[in-house]
Amino acid sequence: MATKATSAEGSLDTGAEGVRRRDYLKVAAVSFAGVGGVVALAPLFVQMAPSADVLAMATTEVDISKIQAGQGIKAQWRKQPVFIRNLTPKEIAEADAVPLSSLRDPQTLAERTKPGKKNWLITLGVCTHLGCVPLGIGEGENRGPFGGYFCPCHGSEYDTAARIRQGPAPKNLFVPDYEFTSPTTVLIGGKGKK
Amino acid sequence: MSFSWAKPYEPKHPLMRWLDERLPLPRVVYGAIGGGYPVPRNLNYFWNFGVLAGIFLTIQIVTGIVLAMHYFATTAGAFNSVNGLIMRDVNAGWLLRYAHMNGASFFFIVTYIHIFRGLYYGSYKAPRELVWMLGLVIYLLMMATAFMGYVLPWGQMSYWGAQVITGFFSAFPVVGEPIRIWLLGGYAPDEAALTRFFSLHYLLPFIIAAVVILHIWALHIPGSGNPTGVDVKDERDTLPFHPFYTAKDGWFAGAVLLAYALVVYFAPNYLGHADNYIPANPLATPAEIVPEWYFWPFYAILRSFTFDFILPAKLWGVLAMFASILLLFFLPWIDKSPVRSGSYRPVFKRFFWLLVIDVLILGWAGGGAPTPFRNAVGQISAAYYFLHFLVILPLVSSFETPLPLPKSITDSVLHGEEAEAAPAGPKPRRKKTATAVVE
Repeated sequence: MATKATSAEGSLDTGAEGVRRRDYLKVAAVSFAGVGGVVALAPLFVQMAPSADVLAMATTEVDISKIQAGQGIKAQWRKQPVFIRNLTPKEIAEADAVPLSSLRDPQTLAERTKPGKKNWLITLGVCTHLGCVPLGIGEGENRGPFGGYFCPCHGSEYDTAARIRQGPAPKNLFVPDYEFTSPTTVLIGGKGKK
Repeated sequence: MSFSWAKPYEPKHPLMRWLDERLPLPRVVYGAIGGGYPVPRNLNYFWNFGVLAGIFLTIQIVTGIVLAMHYFATTAGAFNSVNGLIMRDVNAGWLLRYAHMNGASFFFIVTYIHIFRGLYYGSYKAPRELVWMLGLVIYLLMMATAFMGYVLPWGQMSYWGAQVITGFFSAFPVVGEPIRIWLLGGYAPDEAALTRFFSLHYLLPFIIAAVVILHIWALHIPGSGNPTGVDVKDERDTLPFHPFYTAKDGWFAGAVLLAYALVVYFAPNYLGHADNYIPANPLATPAEIVPEWYFWPFYAILRSFTFDFILPAKLWGVLAMFASILLLFFLPWIDKSPVRSGSYRPVFKRFFWLLVIDVLILGWAGGGAPTPFRNAVGQISAAYYFLHFLVILPLVSSFETPLPLPKSITDSVLHGEEAEAAPAGPKPRRKKTATAVVE
């Protein structure tokens, strides 16, 4: 550095010592300003993330006492639909009969429900393809050929464990964090609570 | 700016002379779109669409600023401020809103014709590569602006369009979902997403206007192209922009604005989707989600991947859709033929029209519910789109024998006139060179 500066600019500047001092000041000042500039950009970046009022609605408590076997309800959590379905023994048997190797996103029904509560299937009602709300939770809606959910947007078909079976969606319907606060109430987003 | 014979600005009024010495803005305007910009004399009507795009950008900015004065960017108020307040109560609000809504469609129509003009006449080739690339930047900005504008009325299509389009980002592994949440400011489109889309929808048109200035600046260095693709050789090949092309652009703008007025007054919702008159409902997806017509070809490419192949189908779809536009940035180097104009490239010309048909079919495939037949047609035409740019174009440009080019623009123009003057019967004496000299 020193020799280069001397040979290149020695004739113009006061000497090797002066050039090095100036280089040092330049690099220090520009780095300092650069770091400061990046820090100043941080608020512009983080303001885009979900705000406190959005995060404050991160849990929802749902009463499930009225849901008969074979029925389901649509609740709302973080402004997204949540499907809560009380599976019939036949639907549970159907889900358990599927070999895991045939699944795109292999998971058993037991992994997707709470221990001893295998009939309560709680998933987001958001298709993992591009975010449409699948049909099948309401009475009389098209449940698709696998008896679970059917997304009308691009034809993704889910089975009775809300696992993807056919169509463009890459994943099973997402199972949110939840816990049974009593035998008839569910707190969705329990772990999301701060 | 471009040619030595370009007339310099000579202010006549003392005030203008005073101004010119201090801030030569009138000089810049005169050299850009006045008598000081020499333009090839043989431009056909396809060269009117750049100016038209500028006119529609202006219409969008003006009507948009006024609409923003009456619009509420809240999830509770947006739908009613557009469909109640603006459409019913604000004086002339319905007209401004319909003008803005259809202005976007017309902006895209003229821009698509402008882009295909460039594709046919090789406007992307040296020395105008940057003009082409800046144009593509404008097009990408237009797409972002149009998408965010469509979200603002907060109807069903607005909401689910926002959901699906931001869902593209979640296709990327690991970082995708956090990016989507960051872009939306929540887990689904809501207040935060609506207000930031409004802010950006107001900002982007001015960025577009700035890039338009760069686009025109870069164009005026080599000067406008022309239908023969032959370079301008001397002063006889050009006419001053004003009054010749201001007049031609002016009357043609009148004709297109008449068509625009007919749509605004008599079929204002023809190009829209009825579901957007239903307020947004985060719990129910409309039976059929389709974007606005100008995105249909890209939507078809997005949907054309239905099975996983190494990467998930969803990621392929998103990558292909982005690639279909990014590809065009490399066009100046993909098409190596030294001949610019498609009129002198017999093989290229045929493939160009096949591409036009292919894009129209893609539009059809992307504009309706995904039946197996429509998907199959979409897949074939999406594959052909990439085949055209990645295989056909490089092959054609290396194997094709182009037709002989005219010696000059003037030569081609005068030859054309002579042929038109005597379409049948005995030809008059051929005095092509003589006329050219007189001219």
